[in-house]
Amino acid sequence: MALIDLANPTRFLALVERVLPWLVAATVLAFAIGLRGAFLAPDDYQQGATVKIMYIHVPNAWLSMAVWGVMSLAALGTLVWRHPLADVAAKCAAPLGASFTFLALVTGSLWGRPMWGTYWVWDARLTSVLVLFLMYLGLIALWRTIDDPARAGRAAAILTLVGAVNLPVIRFSVDWWNTLHQPASVFRMGGPTIDVSLLIPLFVMGIAFTLLFLTLHLAAMRNEIMRRRVRTLLLTQAERA
Amino acid sequence: MTAIITALAALFTRDARIAIRIGGGAMIGVLFFLTVVTLVPFAIGPDLALLRRIGPAILWLGALLASLLTLDRLFASDHEDGSLDLILMGRIPMEIVVLTKAVAHWVTTGLPLVVASPILGLFLNLEPVALGSTALTLLVGTPALTFIGVVGAALAVALRRGGLLMPVMVLPMTIPVLIFGVAATNAGVGGTVPFATPFTILCALTLMSAVIGPFAAAATLRHGME
Repeated sequence: MALIDLANPTRFLALVERVLPWLVAATVLAFAIGLRGAFLAPDDYQQGATVKIMYIHVPNAWLSMAVWGVMSLAALGTLVWRHPLADVAAKCAAPLGASFTFLALVTGSLWGRPMWGTYWVWDARLTSVLVLFLMYLGLIALWRTIDDPARAGRAAAILTLVGAVNLPVIRFSVDWWNTLHQPASVFRMGGPTIDVSLLIPLFVMGIAFTLLFLTLHLAAMRNEIMRRRVRTLLLTQAERA
Repeated sequence: MTAIITALAALFTRDARIAIRIGGGAMIGVLFFLTVVTLVPFAIGPDLALLRRIGPAILWLGALLASLLTLDRLFASDHEDGSLDLILMGRIPMEIVVLTKAVAHWVTTGLPLVVASPILGLFLNLEPVALGSTALTLLVGTPALTFIGVVGAALAVALRRGGLLMPVMVLPMTIPVLIFGVAATNAGVGGTVPFATPFTILCALTLMSAVIGPFAAAATLRHGME
């Protein structure tokens, strides 16, 4: 089945009905393996057992950025290829992305309290993730403000693409800001050289969270298609009356 | 070609005239700027040394808010009386039209802010070098705020109750301009960072937004209309 066949909502719904149970099973399995691996993984030599927040925190952070990427592709689908389900995909991805970003911020904050001694610090990465969270919320607000779903989809698509351009700019500029104003270095924790015994559970958890996003996203798209059908039926009924 | 330039000049003049005459005119932005600068010492106390240190930041924040809050009516009034549809159907590319309207907005709103900033800087106990530095960075940076803001203004056209939605969408995108604007101002006063570094990045941000902003806004106006 070519991708263009999925432009038909009914075919898409049929595919979702077939695939979703398997995805749910795969997600549960991945989480089971990942969490077991996280429990059994050795403690960090500096942080002790607290390092295990990483298995929740890091996949959420990865996904918060990746979901904006998914939304940008969907935005291109809306504006360039006029794919009928592209704006449905974008609309459903936004709350999920916002949730992942929120969880990344909260788990990171809880991790920072014992490690850094503070819940928050205005360093480059935290600040740019906070700005990303604000942009997600602004996008969700835009979706909810315009009534007509197609028009809302086009407006949100443009905002998504402009935001995608802006994300590396913010990340880069906040790096500069922090260097210009706060020359004191931030406590760096567990750099890129993570031992493989911690790395493998991390990757498994990353896959688990990605599968979670896929499952929730497809389910949300199914719900959104149903919601739009209900709306059309109500409008038709109101017109006839 | 000259017909297009004549048309754009007419559009610019119309926008400038409307902005100067209606709703308090160009001075309302300056008045808001003055209000913000007056409110800050009430909030943080009259400690002059503290005000001198954060003065450039207060001026930049005031300029940012004044620019944003005047932007959301940029397209809405044209949309309401139908002239936006006429312009969209015309022969001039919408991107150029948006650019012209944005420049008209900057000349009538941003430029008065730049002129007013040294006077308001005196309220914040800034030294003369800081006054000049702030004015220069605002001169270069406020166009960026306008160009980024037109994207939000275009999105806000079709919203019946825009309210705070447009500033919420636009503010994250103006953060780099704010960062480098204040950094350039402080670098101009002194310190370890040379003035040219953040200043040239600020210029780059203005130039980039002059292209991206009108393109995004024009796309929104075209696609977002029913």
